[in-house]
Amino acid sequence: MSGTNAIHGIVLVGAMLVAGSATSGLEQVLAFVALVFGTVNVVGGFLVTDRMLEMFKQRRSPDASEEQP
Amino acid sequence: MTLTLALTRGEVNLAYVAAAVGLILGIKRLSSPRTARSGNVIAATGMAIAVGFTLVHPDVHRYWLIGAGIGVGTIIGVISARTVRMTAMPQMVALFNGVGGGAAALIAAAEFHRLAPDPGNIDAQTVVAGMFSALIGSISFSGSLVAFGKLQELLPGRPITFPAQHVVNAALFAGCAAAAGLAATSEQGVWLVVLVGGALLFGVMLVLPIGGADMPVVISFLNAFTGLSAASAGFVLSNDALIIGGTLVGASGTLLTILMGQAMNRSLANVLFGAFGTRPAGGGVAVDVSTDGKMARETTAEDVAVMLAYARQVIIVPGYGLAVAQAQHATRELADLLEQRGVKVKYAIHPVAGRMPGHMNVLLAEANVPYPQLYDMEDANPEFLRTDVALVIGANDVTNPAARSNPESPLYGMPILNVDQAANVVVLKRSMNPGFAGVDNELYYDPKTAMLFGDAKSSVEKLVAGIKAVS
Repeated sequence: MSGTNAIHGIVLVGAMLVAGSATSGLEQVLAFVALVFGTVNVVGGFLVTDRMLEMFKQRRSPDASEEQP
Repeated sequence: MTLTLALTRGEVNLAYVAAAVGLILGIKRLSSPRTARSGNVIAATGMAIAVGFTLVHPDVHRYWLIGAGIGVGTIIGVISARTVRMTAMPQMVALFNGVGGGAAALIAAAEFHRLAPDPGNIDAQTVVAGMFSALIGSISFSGSLVAFGKLQELLPGRPITFPAQHVVNAALFAGCAAAAGLAATSEQGVWLVVLVGGALLFGVMLVLPIGGADMPVVISFLNAFTGLSAASAGFVLSNDALIIGGTLVGASGTLLTILMGQAMNRSLANVLFGAFGTRPAGGGVAVDVSTDGKMARETTAEDVAVMLAYARQVIIVPGYGLAVAQAQHATRELADLLEQRGVKVKYAIHPVAGRMPGHMNVLLAEANVPYPQLYDMEDANPEFLRTDVALVIGANDVTNPAARSNPESPLYGMPILNVDQAANVVVLKRSMNPGFAGVDNELYYDPKTAMLFGDAKSSVEKLVAGIKAVS
Protein backbone atom coordinates (compact mmCIF):
# COMPACT_ATOMS: atom_id res chain seq x y z
CA MET A 1 0.00 0.00 0.00
CA SER A 2 2.88 2.28 0.79
CA GLY A 3 3.89 1.92 -2.89
CA THR A 4 0.62 3.32 -4.17
CA ASN A 5 1.02 6.02 -1.54
CA ALA A 6 4.04 7.31 -3.47
CA ILE A 7 2.21 7.16 -6.80
CA HIS A 8 -0.37 9.80 -5.96
CA GLY A 9 2.67 12.02 -5.55
CA ILE A 10 2.12 12.47 -9.29
CA VAL A 11 0.36 15.67 -8.14
CA LEU A 12 3.91 17.04 -8.21
CA VAL A 13 3.54 17.25 -12.00
CA GLY A 14 0.41 19.35 -11.49
CA ALA A 15 2.23 21.58 -9.00
CA MET A 16 4.98 22.18 -11.58
CA LEU A 17 2.44 23.19 -14.21
CA VAL A 18 0.67 25.51 -11.77
CA ALA A 19 4.02 27.05 -10.80
CA GLY A 20 4.68 27.66 -14.49
CA SER A 21 1.41 29.41 -15.17
CA ALA A 22 1.13 31.31 -11.85
CA THR A 23 0.54 35.01 -12.47
CA SER A 24 0.19 36.55 -9.02
CA GLY A 25 2.24 36.35 -5.86
CA LEU A 26 -0.49 34.38 -4.08
CA GLU A 27 -0.54 31.78 -6.84
CA GLN A 28 3.22 31.44 -6.62
CA VAL A 29 3.02 30.89 -2.88
CA LEU A 30 0.28 28.27 -3.33
CA ALA A 31 2.31 26.60 -6.09
CA PHE A 32 5.44 26.60 -3.93
CA VAL A 33 3.68 24.86 -1.05
CA ALA A 34 2.09 22.41 -3.52
CA LEU A 35 5.56 21.69 -4.95
CA VAL A 36 7.00 21.02 -1.49
CA PHE A 37 4.03 18.81 -0.52
CA GLY A 38 4.09 16.89 -3.79
CA THR A 39 7.85 16.30 -3.61
CA VAL A 40 7.65 15.09 -0.01
CA ASN A 41 4.93 12.67 -1.10
CA VAL A 42 6.96 11.31 -4.04
CA VAL A 43 10.41 11.18 -2.47
CA GLY A 44 9.27 10.09 0.98
CA GLY A 45 6.80 7.55 -0.40
CA PHE A 46 9.27 5.76 -2.64
CA LEU A 47 12.11 5.81 -0.11
CA VAL A 48 9.97 4.48 2.73
CA THR A 49 8.61 1.72 0.49
CA ASP A 50 12.13 0.83 -0.58
CA ARG A 51 13.28 0.68 3.04
CA MET A 52 10.45 -1.66 3.95
CA LEU A 53 11.00 -3.90 0.91
CA GLU A 54 14.75 -4.00 1.48
CA MET A 55 14.17 -5.92 4.68
CA PHE A 56 12.12 -8.54 2.87
CA LYS A 57 14.94 -8.96 0.35
CA GLN A 58 17.64 -9.48 3.00
CA ARG A 59 15.56 -12.11 4.62
CA ARG A 60 14.61 -13.85 1.42
CA SER A 61 18.01 -14.15 -0.26
CA PRO A 62 19.28 -17.19 1.70
CA ASP A 63 16.20 -19.26 0.94
CA ALA A 64 15.34 -17.77 -2.45
CA SER A 65 15.22 -21.25 -3.97
CA GLU A 66 12.29 -22.17 -1.72
CA GLU A 67 10.15 -19.30 -2.97
CA GLN A 68 6.96 -20.29 -4.71
CA PRO A 69 6.10 -18.34 -7.85
CA MET B 1 5.00 28.79 -33.04
CA THR B 2 1.72 27.06 -32.41
CA LEU B 3 2.99 24.03 -34.27
CA THR B 4 6.13 23.82 -32.14
CA LEU B 5 4.05 24.13 -28.98
CA ALA B 6 1.55 21.51 -30.08
CA LEU B 7 4.32 19.18 -31.08
CA THR B 8 6.12 19.59 -27.79
CA ARG B 9 2.90 19.06 -25.85
CA GLY B 10 2.31 15.93 -27.89
CA GLU B 11 5.77 14.69 -27.09
CA VAL B 12 5.31 15.37 -23.41
CA ASN B 13 2.01 13.51 -23.55
CA LEU B 14 3.76 10.60 -25.22
CA ALA B 15 6.25 10.58 -22.36
CA TYR B 16 3.31 10.60 -19.91
CA VAL B 17 2.02 7.43 -21.56
CA ALA B 18 5.41 5.80 -20.99
CA ALA B 19 5.36 7.07 -17.40
CA ALA B 20 1.86 5.67 -16.90
CA VAL B 21 2.99 2.27 -18.19
CA GLY B 22 5.78 2.38 -15.58
CA LEU B 23 3.33 3.25 -12.80
CA ILE B 24 0.91 0.49 -13.80
CA LEU B 25 3.64 -2.16 -14.14
CA GLY B 26 5.09 -0.96 -10.85
CA ILE B 27 1.78 -1.35 -8.98
CA LYS B 28 1.31 -4.78 -10.56
CA ARG B 29 4.72 -5.96 -9.38
CA LEU B 30 4.30 -4.36 -5.94
CA SER B 31 1.39 -6.69 -5.30
CA SER B 32 3.65 -9.73 -4.99
CA PRO B 33 6.40 -9.90 -2.34
CA ARG B 34 8.78 -11.52 -4.83
CA THR B 35 8.65 -8.71 -7.38
CA ALA B 36 7.80 -5.83 -5.07
CA ARG B 37 11.22 -4.23 -4.91
CA SER B 38 11.65 -4.05 -8.68
CA GLY B 39 8.03 -2.86 -8.88
CA ASN B 40 8.86 0.06 -6.63
CA VAL B 41 11.88 0.93 -8.78
CA ILE B 42 9.80 0.72 -11.98
CA ALA B 43 7.07 2.93 -10.48
CA ALA B 44 9.71 5.43 -9.32
CA THR B 45 11.20 5.43 -12.82
CA GLY B 46 7.76 6.14 -14.28
CA MET B 47 7.43 9.01 -11.82
CA ALA B 48 10.87 10.34 -12.78
CA ILE B 49 9.88 10.25 -16.47
CA ALA B 50 6.67 12.17 -15.73
CA VAL B 51 8.47 14.82 -13.67
CA GLY B 52 11.45 15.05 -16.04
CA PHE B 53 9.34 15.58 -19.15
CA THR B 54 7.17 18.10 -17.32
CA LEU B 55 10.31 20.20 -16.93
CA VAL B 56 10.41 20.59 -20.71
CA HIS B 57 6.63 21.06 -20.98
CA PRO B 58 5.92 24.28 -22.93
CA ASP B 59 3.71 25.64 -20.11
CA VAL B 60 6.39 25.28 -17.48
CA HIS B 61 8.43 28.35 -16.64
CA ARG B 62 9.76 29.90 -13.45
CA TYR B 63 12.34 27.23 -12.84
CA TRP B 64 13.65 29.00 -9.73
CA LEU B 65 10.29 28.44 -8.04
CA ILE B 66 10.07 24.81 -9.16
CA GLY B 67 13.69 24.18 -8.18
CA ALA B 68 13.17 25.72 -4.75
CA GLY B 69 9.95 23.78 -4.11
CA ILE B 70 11.35 20.44 -5.24
CA GLY B 71 14.61 21.12 -3.39
CA VAL B 72 12.90 21.82 -0.07
CA GLY B 73 10.51 18.88 -0.57
CA THR B 74 13.37 16.51 -1.39
CA ILE B 75 15.30 17.47 1.73
CA ILE B 76 12.23 16.97 3.93
CA GLY B 77 11.27 13.73 2.18
CA VAL B 78 14.73 12.16 2.30
CA ILE B 79 15.39 13.08 5.92
CA SER B 80 12.01 11.92 7.18
CA ALA B 81 12.05 8.68 5.16
CA ARG B 82 15.62 7.83 6.18
CA THR B 83 15.36 8.65 9.88
CA VAL B 84 11.89 7.32 10.74
CA ARG B 85 11.95 4.23 12.94
CA MET B 86 10.33 1.13 11.41
CA THR B 87 7.73 1.16 14.17
CA ALA B 88 6.69 4.70 13.23
CA MET B 89 6.09 3.81 9.56
CA PRO B 90 2.28 3.92 9.70
CA GLN B 91 2.18 7.55 10.81
CA MET B 92 4.88 8.47 8.29
CA VAL B 93 2.81 6.93 5.49
CA ALA B 94 -0.21 8.87 6.78
CA LEU B 95 1.80 12.09 6.66
CA PHE B 96 3.05 11.50 3.10
CA ASN B 97 -0.52 10.76 2.08
CA GLY B 98 -1.79 13.94 3.71
CA VAL B 99 0.65 16.24 1.93
CA GLY B 100 -0.31 14.62 -1.38
CA GLY B 101 -3.95 15.53 -0.75
CA GLY B 102 -2.90 18.99 0.37
CA ALA B 103 -0.96 19.50 -2.87
CA ALA B 104 -4.03 18.54 -4.93
CA ALA B 105 -6.18 21.05 -3.02
CA LEU B 106 -3.55 23.79 -3.45
CA ILE B 107 -3.36 23.14 -7.19
CA ALA B 108 -7.13 23.57 -7.45
CA ALA B 109 -6.97 26.77 -5.37
CA ALA B 110 -4.15 28.28 -7.44
CA GLU B 111 -5.90 27.47 -10.73
CA PHE B 112 -9.17 28.90 -9.43
CA HIS B 113 -7.42 32.09 -8.39
CA ARG B 114 -5.73 32.43 -11.76
CA LEU B 115 -8.83 31.76 -13.85
CA ALA B 116 -11.57 33.32 -11.73
CA PRO B 117 -10.98 36.99 -12.69
CA ASP B 118 -11.73 36.04 -16.30
CA PRO B 119 -15.02 34.10 -16.07
CA GLY B 120 -15.06 33.07 -19.73
CA ASN B 121 -11.91 31.08 -19.11
CA ILE B 122 -13.39 28.46 -16.81
CA ASP B 123 -15.38 25.66 -18.37
CA ALA B 124 -17.68 23.38 -16.47
CA GLN B 125 -15.24 20.48 -16.34
CA THR B 126 -12.53 22.63 -14.76
CA VAL B 127 -14.90 24.09 -12.18
CA VAL B 128 -16.43 20.78 -11.09
CA ALA B 129 -13.08 18.99 -11.02
CA GLY B 130 -11.50 21.91 -9.16
CA MET B 131 -14.15 21.95 -6.46
CA PHE B 132 -13.91 18.17 -6.07
CA SER B 133 -10.14 18.31 -5.87
CA ALA B 134 -10.21 21.09 -3.26
CA LEU B 135 -12.84 19.26 -1.20
CA ILE B 136 -11.37 15.74 -1.26
CA GLY B 137 -7.75 16.92 -1.08
CA SER B 138 -8.47 19.06 2.00
CA ILE B 139 -10.35 16.22 3.74
CA SER B 140 -7.45 13.87 3.03
CA PHE B 141 -4.93 16.44 4.31
CA SER B 142 -6.53 17.16 7.67
CA GLY B 143 -7.80 13.58 8.10
CA SER B 144 -4.29 12.23 7.57
CA LEU B 145 -2.88 14.72 10.08
CA VAL B 146 -5.38 13.50 12.70
CA ALA B 147 -4.48 9.88 11.84
CA PHE B 148 -0.82 10.84 12.29
CA GLY B 149 -1.61 12.44 15.64
CA LYS B 150 -3.43 9.34 16.83
CA LEU B 151 -0.69 6.94 15.71
CA GLN B 152 2.04 9.15 17.17
CA GLU B 153 -0.03 9.21 20.37
CA LEU B 154 -0.27 12.99 20.30
CA LEU B 155 -4.03 12.46 20.31
CA PRO B 156 -5.91 9.75 22.22
CA GLY B 157 -6.21 6.57 20.14
CA ARG B 158 -9.68 5.97 21.48
CA PRO B 159 -12.67 7.15 19.43
CA ILE B 160 -13.54 10.75 20.34
CA THR B 161 -17.27 11.25 20.16
CA PHE B 162 -19.85 13.82 21.20
CA PRO B 163 -23.64 13.96 21.00
CA ALA B 164 -25.27 14.44 17.59
CA GLN B 165 -21.91 13.89 15.90
CA HIS B 166 -23.45 12.44 12.75
CA VAL B 167 -25.85 15.38 12.44
CA VAL B 168 -23.05 17.91 12.87
CA ASN B 169 -20.84 16.09 10.34
CA ALA B 170 -23.66 15.79 7.82
CA ALA B 171 -24.42 19.50 8.19
CA LEU B 172 -20.73 20.32 7.81
CA PHE B 173 -20.50 18.26 4.64
CA ALA B 174 -23.66 19.86 3.25
CA GLY B 175 -22.12 23.26 4.02
CA CYS B 176 -18.97 22.29 2.10
CA ALA B 177 -21.06 21.19 -0.87
CA ALA B 178 -23.01 24.46 -0.76
CA ALA B 179 -19.78 26.48 -0.60
CA ALA B 180 -18.50 24.49 -3.58
CA GLY B 181 -21.66 25.34 -5.51
CA LEU B 182 -21.40 29.03 -4.60
CA ALA B 183 -17.71 29.15 -5.47
CA ALA B 184 -18.42 27.51 -8.82
CA THR B 185 -21.29 29.80 -9.78
CA SER B 186 -20.12 33.11 -8.33
CA GLU B 187 -16.42 32.45 -9.00
CA GLN B 188 -15.67 34.37 -5.79
CA GLY B 189 -12.52 33.27 -4.04
CA VAL B 190 -14.08 33.72 -0.61
CA TRP B 191 -16.34 30.71 -1.17
CA LEU B 192 -13.38 28.59 -2.09
CA VAL B 193 -11.76 29.59 1.20
CA VAL B 194 -14.98 28.62 2.99
CA LEU B 195 -14.99 25.31 1.10
CA VAL B 196 -11.39 24.48 1.99
CA GLY B 197 -11.87 25.54 5.63
CA GLY B 198 -15.03 23.44 5.94
CA ALA B 199 -13.39 20.45 4.25
CA LEU B 200 -10.36 20.66 6.56
CA LEU B 201 -12.67 20.69 9.58
CA PHE B 202 -14.68 17.81 8.12
CA GLY B 203 -11.51 15.74 7.69
CA VAL B 204 -10.70 16.24 11.38
CA MET B 205 -14.24 15.36 12.44
CA LEU B 206 -14.22 12.29 10.19
CA VAL B 207 -11.10 10.69 11.68
CA LEU B 208 -11.42 11.81 15.35
CA PRO B 209 -14.19 9.30 16.17
CA ILE B 210 -12.30 6.38 14.61
CA GLY B 211 -10.43 4.10 17.02
CA GLY B 212 -6.74 3.26 16.75
CA ALA B 213 -7.45 -0.35 15.78
CA ASP B 214 -9.23 0.82 12.63
CA MET B 215 -6.29 2.98 11.53
CA PRO B 216 -5.10 0.57 8.82
CA VAL B 217 -8.47 0.91 7.12
CA VAL B 218 -8.53 4.68 7.55
CA ILE B 219 -5.04 5.12 6.11
CA SER B 220 -5.97 2.99 3.13
CA PHE B 221 -9.18 4.98 2.72
CA LEU B 222 -7.43 8.36 2.88
CA ASN B 223 -4.86 7.00 0.43
CA ALA B 224 -7.68 6.36 -2.05
CA PHE B 225 -9.04 9.86 -1.36
CA THR B 226 -5.71 11.49 -2.18
CA GLY B 227 -5.59 9.42 -5.39
CA LEU B 228 -9.01 10.74 -6.39
CA SER B 229 -8.08 14.33 -5.58
CA ALA B 230 -4.92 13.97 -7.69
CA ALA B 231 -7.01 12.59 -10.57
CA SER B 232 -9.46 15.48 -10.40
CA ALA B 233 -6.56 17.96 -10.23
CA GLY B 234 -5.55 16.26 -13.49
CA PHE B 235 -8.92 17.16 -14.99
CA VAL B 236 -8.46 20.77 -13.84
CA LEU B 237 -5.10 20.96 -15.64
CA SER B 238 -6.10 18.58 -18.49
CA ASN B 239 -3.04 16.54 -17.59
CA ASP B 240 -3.01 12.83 -18.47
CA ALA B 241 -0.25 11.87 -16.03
CA LEU B 242 -2.28 13.13 -13.06
CA ILE B 243 -5.50 11.59 -14.29
CA ILE B 244 -3.95 8.14 -14.82
CA GLY B 245 -1.75 8.12 -11.70
CA GLY B 246 -4.51 9.46 -9.46
CA THR B 247 -7.12 7.07 -10.79
CA LEU B 248 -4.78 4.10 -10.30
CA VAL B 249 -4.33 4.92 -6.62
CA GLY B 250 -7.99 5.83 -6.19
CA ALA B 251 -9.09 2.47 -7.59
CA SER B 252 -6.49 0.25 -5.93
CA GLY B 253 -6.89 2.10 -2.63
CA THR B 254 -10.66 1.68 -2.71
CA LEU B 255 -10.30 -2.05 -3.38
CA LEU B 256 -7.79 -2.48 -0.56
CA THR B 257 -10.07 -0.57 1.81
CA ILE B 258 -13.03 -2.81 0.95
CA LEU B 259 -10.91 -5.96 1.35
CA MET B 260 -9.73 -4.83 4.79
CA GLY B 261 -13.29 -4.09 5.81
CA GLN B 262 -14.17 -7.64 4.78
CA ALA B 263 -11.29 -9.00 6.86
CA MET B 264 -13.00 -7.45 9.88
CA ASN B 265 -16.49 -8.39 8.70
CA ARG B 266 -17.51 -4.73 8.76
CA SER B 267 -18.66 -2.30 6.12
CA LEU B 268 -16.70 0.85 5.35
CA ALA B 269 -19.62 2.88 6.70
CA ASN B 270 -19.33 1.00 9.99
CA VAL B 271 -15.60 1.71 10.21
CA LEU B 272 -16.02 5.40 9.36
CA PHE B 273 -19.16 6.25 11.26
CA GLY B 274 -19.52 3.44 13.81
CA ALA B 275 -17.17 5.07 16.38
CA PHE B 276 -16.13 1.47 16.95
CA GLY B 277 -14.92 0.70 20.44
CA THR B 278 -16.78 3.46 22.18
CA ARG B 279 -17.64 2.35 25.67
CA PRO B 280 -21.35 1.88 26.27
CA ALA B 281 -23.18 4.92 27.64
CA GLY B 282 -22.78 4.98 31.40
CA GLY B 283 -19.01 5.03 31.25
CA GLY B 284 -17.40 1.62 31.15
CA VAL B 285 -19.74 -0.03 33.63
CA ALA B 286 -20.25 -3.00 31.34
CA VAL B 287 -16.53 -3.57 31.07
CA ASP B 288 -15.96 -3.32 34.82
CA VAL B 289 -18.69 -5.83 35.61
CA SER B 290 -17.23 -8.44 33.31
CA THR B 291 -13.76 -7.90 34.78
CA ASP B 292 -14.92 -8.12 38.39
CA GLY B 293 -16.32 -11.61 38.28
CA LYS B 294 -13.33 -13.26 36.63
CA MET B 295 -9.68 -13.62 37.47
CA ALA B 296 -6.78 -13.52 35.08
CA ARG B 297 -3.86 -15.78 36.02
CA GLU B 298 -0.47 -14.11 36.20
CA THR B 299 2.67 -16.08 35.48
CA THR B 300 6.45 -15.60 35.51
CA ALA B 301 8.97 -15.53 32.69
CA GLU B 302 10.72 -18.61 34.17
CA ASP B 303 7.54 -20.71 34.02
CA VAL B 304 6.79 -19.62 30.47
CA ALA B 305 10.37 -20.31 29.39
CA VAL B 306 10.14 -23.92 30.66
CA MET B 307 6.76 -24.38 28.95
CA LEU B 308 8.14 -23.06 25.65
CA ALA B 309 11.37 -25.05 25.86
CA TYR B 310 9.51 -28.37 26.10
CA ALA B 311 6.77 -27.59 23.60
CA ARG B 312 6.51 -29.30 20.22
CA GLN B 313 4.89 -26.39 18.41
CA VAL B 314 4.69 -22.71 19.37
CA ILE B 315 2.72 -20.09 17.46
CA ILE B 316 3.68 -16.47 18.00
CA VAL B 317 0.87 -13.97 17.52
CA PRO B 318 2.38 -10.50 17.07
CA GLY B 319 0.38 -7.30 17.46
CA TYR B 320 0.77 -3.58 17.91
CA GLY B 321 2.36 -4.07 21.35
CA LEU B 322 5.30 -5.82 19.68
CA ALA B 323 5.75 -2.83 17.38
CA VAL B 324 5.55 -0.30 20.20
CA ALA B 325 8.08 -2.16 22.31
CA GLN B 326 10.40 -2.80 19.31
CA ALA B 327 10.40 -6.43 20.35
CA GLN B 328 10.85 -7.91 16.87
CA HIS B 329 14.58 -8.69 17.21
CA ALA B 330 14.19 -10.24 20.67
CA THR B 331 11.27 -12.28 19.33
CA ARG B 332 13.41 -13.56 16.47
CA GLU B 333 16.11 -14.55 18.97
CA LEU B 334 13.53 -16.39 21.06
CA ALA B 335 12.24 -18.25 17.99
CA ASP B 336 15.79 -19.19 16.95
CA LEU B 337 16.54 -20.61 20.40
CA LEU B 338 13.35 -22.65 20.32
CA GLU B 339 14.06 -23.96 16.82
CA GLN B 340 17.52 -25.05 17.98
CA ARG B 341 15.78 -27.12 20.64
CA GLY B 342 13.59 -28.73 17.98
CA VAL B 343 10.46 -26.71 18.73
CA LYS B 344 8.44 -25.81 15.64
CA VAL B 345 7.84 -22.04 15.59
CA LYS B 346 5.24 -20.31 13.44
CA TYR B 347 3.96 -16.75 13.31
CA ALA B 348 0.25 -16.08 12.85
CA ILE B 349 -0.45 -12.74 11.16
CA HIS B 350 -3.95 -11.30 11.32
CA PRO B 351 -4.80 -9.10 8.32
CA VAL B 352 -5.44 -6.08 10.53
CA ALA B 353 -2.76 -6.67 13.17
CA GLY B 354 -0.82 -3.47 13.79
CA ARG B 355 -1.62 -0.05 12.50
CA MET B 356 -0.94 -0.32 8.77
CA PRO B 357 -1.55 -2.97 6.11
CA GLY B 358 1.42 -5.35 6.28
CA HIS B 359 2.72 -3.74 9.49
CA MET B 360 3.68 -7.03 11.17
CA ASN B 361 5.24 -8.49 8.01
CA VAL B 362 7.49 -5.45 7.72
CA LEU B 363 8.58 -5.58 11.36
CA LEU B 364 9.30 -9.30 11.32
CA ALA B 365 11.12 -8.93 8.02
CA GLU B 366 13.30 -6.27 9.65
CA ALA B 367 14.29 -8.88 12.23
CA ASN B 368 15.04 -11.38 9.42
CA VAL B 369 12.27 -13.79 10.36
CA PRO B 370 12.18 -16.45 7.59
CA TYR B 371 9.23 -15.86 5.28
CA PRO B 372 7.98 -19.51 5.37
CA GLN B 373 7.38 -19.14 9.15
CA LEU B 374 4.73 -16.46 8.56
CA TYR B 375 1.17 -17.80 8.33
CA ASP B 376 -1.82 -15.68 7.44
CA MET B 377 -5.10 -16.13 9.28
CA GLU B 378 -6.61 -18.88 7.09
CA ASP B 379 -3.46 -21.01 7.25
CA ALA B 380 -2.71 -20.35 10.91
CA ASN B 381 -6.11 -21.13 12.39
CA PRO B 382 -6.09 -24.93 11.76
CA GLU B 383 -2.61 -25.01 13.34
CA PHE B 384 -3.70 -23.81 16.78
CA LEU B 385 -5.40 -27.16 17.48
CA ARG B 386 -2.02 -28.91 17.37
CA THR B 387 -0.11 -26.16 19.12
CA ASP B 388 1.22 -26.46 22.66
CA VAL B 389 1.74 -22.79 23.34
CA ALA B 390 0.24 -19.77 21.63
CA LEU B 391 2.45 -16.81 22.54
CA VAL B 392 0.48 -13.59 22.09
CA ILE B 393 2.87 -10.63 21.96
CA GLY B 394 1.00 -7.36 22.17
CA ALA B 395 -2.02 -8.46 20.16
CA ASN B 396 -5.48 -8.12 21.66
CA ASP B 397 -8.70 -7.65 19.72
CA VAL B 398 -7.67 -10.03 16.91
CA THR B 399 -7.53 -12.86 19.50
CA ASN B 400 -10.79 -12.16 21.33
CA PRO B 401 -13.03 -15.27 21.28
CA ALA B 402 -16.05 -13.00 21.85
CA ALA B 403 -15.85 -12.28 18.12
CA ARG B 404 -16.96 -15.89 17.55
CA SER B 405 -19.24 -16.51 20.50
CA ASN B 406 -20.78 -13.31 21.88
CA PRO B 407 -23.33 -11.56 19.63
CA GLU B 408 -23.37 -8.68 22.15
CA SER B 409 -19.71 -7.89 21.58
CA PRO B 410 -18.81 -5.06 19.21
CA LEU B 411 -16.23 -7.45 17.75
CA TYR B 412 -18.82 -10.12 16.97
CA GLY B 413 -18.40 -11.55 13.46
CA MET B 414 -14.84 -10.37 12.95
CA PRO B 415 -12.65 -13.27 11.85
CA ILE B 416 -10.03 -13.83 14.58
CA LEU B 417 -7.00 -15.98 15.21
CA ASN B 418 -8.28 -18.98 17.20
CA VAL B 419 -5.60 -18.65 19.84
CA ASP B 420 -7.88 -20.17 22.49
CA GLN B 421 -7.73 -23.54 20.69
CA ALA B 422 -4.05 -24.00 21.59
CA ALA B 423 -3.26 -26.19 24.61
CA ASN B 424 -1.77 -23.21 26.46
CA VAL B 425 -1.98 -19.50 25.87
CA VAL B 426 0.55 -16.98 27.15
CA VAL B 427 -0.29 -13.32 26.72
CA LEU B 428 2.49 -10.73 26.92
CA LYS B 429 0.89 -7.45 27.81
CA ARG B 430 1.72 -4.23 29.62
CA SER B 431 -1.39 -4.29 31.81
CA MET B 432 -4.97 -5.55 31.91
CA ASN B 433 -6.16 -2.47 29.99
CA PRO B 434 -8.40 -3.33 27.07
CA GLY B 435 -7.10 -2.87 23.51
CA PHE B 436 -7.78 0.07 21.25
CA ALA B 437 -11.27 -1.22 20.58
CA GLY B 438 -11.89 -0.74 24.31
CA VAL B 439 -13.39 -4.23 24.52
CA ASP B 440 -12.54 -6.62 27.33
CA ASN B 441 -10.84 -9.80 26.07
CA GLU B 442 -12.42 -13.04 27.34
CA LEU B 443 -9.26 -14.88 26.36
CA TYR B 444 -7.50 -13.50 29.44
CA TYR B 445 -9.95 -15.23 31.79
CA ASP B 446 -9.68 -18.60 30.05
CA PRO B 447 -8.27 -21.13 32.58
CA LYS B 448 -5.52 -22.14 30.16
CA THR B 449 -4.38 -18.57 29.63
CA ALA B 450 -1.50 -17.11 31.64
CA MET B 451 -0.62 -13.42 31.62
CA LEU B 452 2.97 -12.21 31.57
CA PHE B 453 2.84 -8.51 32.37
CA GLY B 454 5.48 -6.01 31.31
CA ASP B 455 6.99 -4.33 28.29
CA ALA B 456 6.96 -6.82 25.41
CA LYS B 457 10.65 -6.42 24.65
CA SER B 458 11.90 -6.95 28.19
CA SER B 459 9.45 -9.85 28.69
CA VAL B 460 10.72 -11.58 25.54
CA GLU B 461 14.31 -10.96 26.63
CA LYS B 462 13.53 -12.59 29.98
CA LEU B 463 12.07 -15.57 28.12
CA VAL B 464 15.27 -15.82 26.06
CA ALA B 465 17.35 -15.80 29.25
CA GLY B 466 14.99 -18.34 30.81
CA ILE B 467 15.30 -20.77 27.91
CA LYS B 468 19.10 -20.45 27.92
CA ALA B 469 18.97 -21.39 31.62
CA VAL B 470 16.90 -24.50 30.84
CA SER B 471 19.44 -25.93 28.43
